[in-house]
Amino acid sequence: MPSNTASSSSAPAGSADSSASRTKSKRPKYSKFTQQELPACKPILTPGWVILTFLVISVIFIPLGVVSLFASQDVVEIVDRYDNDCVPTPARANKVAYIQGVSDKSCNRTLVVPKKMKQPIYVYYQLENFYQNHRRYVKSRSDSQLRSVKDENQIDACKPEDDVNGRPIVPCGLIAWSLFNDTYALSKNNQPLTVNKRGIAWKSDREHKFGKNVFPKNFQEGNITGGGRLDANKSLSEQEDLIVWMRTAALPTFRKLYGKIESDLEKGDTIHVTLLNNYNTYSFDGKKKLVLSTTSWLGGKNDFLGIAYLTVGGICFFLALVFTIMYLVKPRRLGDPTYLSWNRVPGGGR
Amino acid sequence: MAGERRHKGMRLSKLYSFKCLKPFSKEDHSQIGSRGYSRVVFCNDPDNPEALQLNYRGNYVSTTKYTAANFIPKSLFEQFRRVANIYFLVVAFVSFSPLAPYTAPSVLAPLLFVIGATMVKEGVEDLRRRRQDVEANNRRVLVLSKNNGEFSKTKWKNLRVGDLVKVHKDEYFPADLLLLSSSYEDGVCYVETMNLDGETNLKLKHALEITSAEESSIESFRGGVIKCEDPNEHLYSFVGTLHYQGQQYPLSPQQMLLRDSKLRNTDYIVGVVVFTGHDTKVMQNATDPPSKRSKIERKMDKIVYILFSILIVIAFTGSAFFGIITRRDITDDGKKLRRWYLRPDKTTVFYDPKRAVLASFFHFLTALMLYGYLIPISLYVSIEVVKVLQSIFINQDQEMYHEETDRPARARTSNLNEELGQVDTILSDKTGTLTCNSMEFVKCSISGTAYGRGMTEVELALRKQKGMTMTTSQDDEIKANPTKSVKGFNFWDERIVDGQWINQPNAELIQKFFRVLAICHTAIPDVDGESGEISYEAESPDEAAFVIASRELGFEFFARSQTHISLHEIDHMTGEKVDRVYELLHVLEFSSSRKRMSVIVRNPENRLLLLSKGADSVMFERLAKHGRQFERETKEHIKRYAEAGLRTLVIAYREVDEEEYRMWEEEFLNAKTLVTEDRDALIDAAADKIERDLILLGSTAVEDKLQKGVPDCIEKLSQAGVKIWVLTGDKTETAINIGYACSLLREGMEKILITLDSPDIETLEKQGDKDAVAKASFQSIKKQLREGMSQTAVATNDEANENPEMFGLVIDGKSLTFALDKKLEKEFLELASRCGSVICCRSSPKQKALVTRLVKSGTGRTTLAIGDGANDVGMLQEADIGVGISGAEGMQAVMASDFAIAQFRYLERLLLVHGHWCYRRIAMMICYFFYKNLAFGFTLFWYEAYASFSGKPAYNDWYMSCYNVFFTSLPVIALGVFDQDVSARLCLKYPLLYQEGVQNILFSWERILGWMLNGIISSMIIFFLAINTLASQAFRKDGQVVDYSVLGVTMYSSVVWTVNCQMAISINYFTWIQHCFIWGSIGVWYLFLVIYGSLPPTFSTTAYQVFVETSAPSPICWLTLVLVTFSALLPYFTYRAFQIKFRPMYHDIIVEQRRTERFESGTRTTSALSGELPVQVEFTLHHLKANLSRRDSWN
Repeated sequence: MPSNTASSSSAPAGSADSSASRTKSKRPKYSKFTQQELPACKPILTPGWVILTFLVISVIFIPLGVVSLFASQDVVEIVDRYDNDCVPTPARANKVAYIQGVSDKSCNRTLVVPKKMKQPIYVYYQLENFYQNHRRYVKSRSDSQLRSVKDENQIDACKPEDDVNGRPIVPCGLIAWSLFNDTYALSKNNQPLTVNKRGIAWKSDREHKFGKNVFPKNFQEGNITGGGRLDANKSLSEQEDLIVWMRTAALPTFRKLYGKIESDLEKGDTIHVTLLNNYNTYSFDGKKKLVLSTTSWLGGKNDFLGIAYLTVGGICFFLALVFTIMYLVKPRRLGDPTYLSWNRVPGGGR
Repeated sequence: MAGERRHKGMRLSKLYSFKCLKPFSKEDHSQIGSRGYSRVVFCNDPDNPEALQLNYRGNYVSTTKYTAANFIPKSLFEQFRRVANIYFLVVAFVSFSPLAPYTAPSVLAPLLFVIGATMVKEGVEDLRRRRQDVEANNRRVLVLSKNNGEFSKTKWKNLRVGDLVKVHKDEYFPADLLLLSSSYEDGVCYVETMNLDGETNLKLKHALEITSAEESSIESFRGGVIKCEDPNEHLYSFVGTLHYQGQQYPLSPQQMLLRDSKLRNTDYIVGVVVFTGHDTKVMQNATDPPSKRSKIERKMDKIVYILFSILIVIAFTGSAFFGIITRRDITDDGKKLRRWYLRPDKTTVFYDPKRAVLASFFHFLTALMLYGYLIPISLYVSIEVVKVLQSIFINQDQEMYHEETDRPARARTSNLNEELGQVDTILSDKTGTLTCNSMEFVKCSISGTAYGRGMTEVELALRKQKGMTMTTSQDDEIKANPTKSVKGFNFWDERIVDGQWINQPNAELIQKFFRVLAICHTAIPDVDGESGEISYEAESPDEAAFVIASRELGFEFFARSQTHISLHEIDHMTGEKVDRVYELLHVLEFSSSRKRMSVIVRNPENRLLLLSKGADSVMFERLAKHGRQFERETKEHIKRYAEAGLRTLVIAYREVDEEEYRMWEEEFLNAKTLVTEDRDALIDAAADKIERDLILLGSTAVEDKLQKGVPDCIEKLSQAGVKIWVLTGDKTETAINIGYACSLLREGMEKILITLDSPDIETLEKQGDKDAVAKASFQSIKKQLREGMSQTAVATNDEANENPEMFGLVIDGKSLTFALDKKLEKEFLELASRCGSVICCRSSPKQKALVTRLVKSGTGRTTLAIGDGANDVGMLQEADIGVGISGAEGMQAVMASDFAIAQFRYLERLLLVHGHWCYRRIAMMICYFFYKNLAFGFTLFWYEAYASFSGKPAYNDWYMSCYNVFFTSLPVIALGVFDQDVSARLCLKYPLLYQEGVQNILFSWERILGWMLNGIISSMIIFFLAINTLASQAFRKDGQVVDYSVLGVTMYSSVVWTVNCQMAISINYFTWIQHCFIWGSIGVWYLFLVIYGSLPPTFSTTAYQVFVETSAPSPICWLTLVLVTFSALLPYFTYRAFQIKFRPMYHDIIVEQRRTERFESGTRTTSALSGELPVQVEFTLHHLKANLSRRDSWN
């Protein structure tokens, strides 16, 4: 029979496909996710919302600013810059020579308490124009060496204060080497005022970063002495001055805790400070200040936070006002397209 | 194999007199053996030592980009072709030197992560390709085994050159084969080459007589040697010779069966493997399609360069300061040290005051690394991830799934998603794209009487545009409603259907008419064994429509044999069904140059008939004097049909007397057996001799139906300001009417027709002076263009705000040739861009591509080409985006396209919804990326100013390296994948929204720079507020002061909060995913901080316990965070508030509008309905269009 010659169907692809599709259709599966129809919140900046947002921000920020400002105002702070005054007048022409010389560096300062200061009163030294955040400086330390005796030879990062005649320096590096070494002895009304120097470093630093059985070795024995010396018989974890110093500051102006006074100071009290002006800030024009400060829940005295909150709150309030006025004076019908950006600027948006 | 047997007496080769036994060009064959023609195939003798020596490749095919061995080096190489990645690689290398501000692992980690992620993606894609290869390589095929002389199954990959294989019906050919014999006695077979060229019609292949004749000797077909050309990529050429039994037989493409094509309609074939594996023509053809990059991505590169410049500028600034400061560290005499604590006297070259210039140069390198965070390392990989996910959404869209063909939309490349949102001009094919490309017989004109009551869609649309309702207009032309719907048949006329034609006065002519339709074709009937229904396998859908029509009207063609065609017919005298058998003598095939086809048959009454059908242009001139009885009416009808968008063919016949036939046949057969080059011309001439003195019967009209939803889609797209050009091969009248039908042309639109059909040119053409014709044509086109310009110019000047779309340009192919001339293309383009729609008729595939290129390069705007056939491939590849319709005409267009959809109407959703969203998402995403990196990077710079530019970063190394990867990346990806300004429904409802992409509003330089500025402002706010609140005073009640680590953590937290909240206030669409990612990223940061902080201090360094012990218990840290975050967001928020108030964007308005509507109406039901554009929006539309036209005229 010739008729079975071309026995293929007339709709070849279609019928084969459609019979297959009964079992396996390529129809995409429906889900809200695949069809991009997930329930969603679509925020719209209507004038109402704008005004409300601004108002809410200002309502939150202004009180916060006031509270912060009060907290800052509560703090009593005595700041005494002594770097200049503690250099004897004849030596002021060449302060660097004076500080590097061997003459007596002691110096007496008198501070008057302006307001009652409740204990604890924190004693800080403040340095300015000192770049503890310099890359060379920051890197010049060995954390592993500070932590355990075994690693005392890990001094690669510490150059040039890494070793003395081949013996490793502990603690090595520029940071430790340039340890601040001015000292303050305080007295109130001729009675010595105890400055507690314990517990001024971070607990985690004392316990984990600085080893209990790591003792200073070969420290400040190179040909140039940088800053303070360390008691070779005290383990590093007890050398809190060092620990505080080695927690590098973020900015070139910084304070570091020197100690705590654990008694109240009354208004008008006179405090005599006998200090040893050892540390050289003169060669880089750095200032040195002694700071006595109480704290509030926010910390020390700084009005900036409060003012900033008030400013931002104020701006928001102002903006809320502006929008309200605009809304009242010249309301735009919502969804009115005559404002369309490309309508106003011919050929805009190119 | 017992069931297989050859079809005795079936010699289809006789049916196809032109195609079979084509002559061979002698020149080519003389080259065999020389260079390029050196292949030798030993048939059925692969173990022949000579064959082994040749060592041709196996049939193993690998399309993968990588192999297991070269994956790592090759994909790495690919990765580092990106500038940004090279930069990061260099940084990573330098990070091992003391120059580095960070530790090396913290630099390497994100780079490895990003590179790794991209490589994994590449790997997965390649694995998928590999799996396909394995599947193909392991398919089975029957191979003649040498041992027992029987066919046995083998894997494709084991096939060798010279093997004899047997392929069964509907199987793919495993390699390029030389056809030896088939189940048909004369060795023909049908092949479907859809995978090669996309054509669905079956191609006829024909074995050599010598091989096909002796079926039984196949097993012994040994010793045959094929000498042929080397592997090449030409699909339609093959040069070779078969040496067999001492004789030489020339081979041609007629004998070649190409890999990846399919055997159809033939039970089996036997062939010998000639080319294997990568030598096959299809593999030689496999070239990567031109890779396209989106405009946004190209612009993004520019932005990356800007960032690089910013990077260099700030690095340079820092280095200059650093050099100055460092130089001062030691006095000139070298005695006095300024910053003694840095030991400037005993330092390395990087800090040496005595070599400050060198130090600052090295510092410059350090700074380049330090501020490297300005360059978003993860941008590229994020964008890639996002685009892939976007593509998945496109593929998953149910609204773009076509039920009938079971085809969802497919994004074949993912890197053009956002380009979809910027399309300015659409260039569309007509047949198969706007129309279904399935022909329906709707009307006919027989002996001067028009039959067929059905209304075409074009007519319906035209009428609708004129505002007439179709029921009242004309009672007799009601919409046809046949009782049963038959594919390809939409004809209804009570005078003819159901055998009623026998009562017509001209019944005899009607009978003749349908007999012609039933006999004059090359279709093959296929009788369903059970139901007895007959379907047809035809070469073209037109032909199928004719056979079906004649079947429906009582002339059922049910069997074809070698020499006979059998019909069930209704006898017009008795009205009874009778079987009639016509002896088929010759078929004079259709060709594009002949534009007609004829058959010569002997009818049962033993009379010779020539039945003919063809285009009106060739048929009318062939009519006999006495055959022109109905010429006037028929011509009139043809004109009407063309206007109704129908394709027409003229039907005619003549009786041939025996004597004439005998003489002619002799001549014809002589011509046929000739083996010279002018054989075709001689056959044509011979055919021409008998195809004359015809008697006109009438004409047919076949409708190529418009696809569903095309007019609406075009309407929407033009509302969206997208210009649509239709490039078609159709006649001008047909094209214009289709233009009206799919609302491309509208009533009241002024048509500008550019054509060369003027009497002057025709007379010139008749004289035959080609130069003169060309010159005159050029002048004529030039004049017509000028006129068109002045026409449009007057209109635009007079009424500036009038709709610029009142012009429609129609140009035909001949004119297009001249209009595309270098000298005229500018004017042509300008005229075209002033018109709302453009139709190019009678254009060739090449012209389509040229027009596309002209539009693309001339306007510099995004073009989208859409088409379905192989003839659209050039256009698709030329355009910025190619969209293929996966329709009837095969896969060629789809293979060349970037996106494939099943129906034209899905284009609306693809562009207006997905395009708009993707554009918006990618634009937003890139802007945001730059914002977040600038906001972060610049805090580092400000900090440097407070660290004497020494190159110390403000943060711990690991915080920074996680920034782009963990703390900020997921929200951006969520933005890129999920964000939507308005819902899909609104996108479609307000098509004008699409202009945001076309005018590139969301990725304009103002916007990009605005976001960058926002980043810099944010960084300033973050930094300066943070350092002032956390200055030198105690930051906790216990008197502790802020150190490097605390400031770093607080600032970094602020940055993370700020950029993530910025994301939260700038996106428009909040689902649980967004919440999850945004707040999750912030959460991850704190989680990271806790975990990292609890690692031993040697590893965590400055981050050790910093959060838990130090900063979390401090209220001022939290207060700072709140202050900084809100302040940093305030500028943007205020800007947005003002913008929405004074210069809202279109989507803002839409969103607001929806909201107020819902608010005012209270109930959802009314608000959903009351969505018509308000008057203002109409105005806007006008404004916008005016702008568009103004901008166009500047170009």
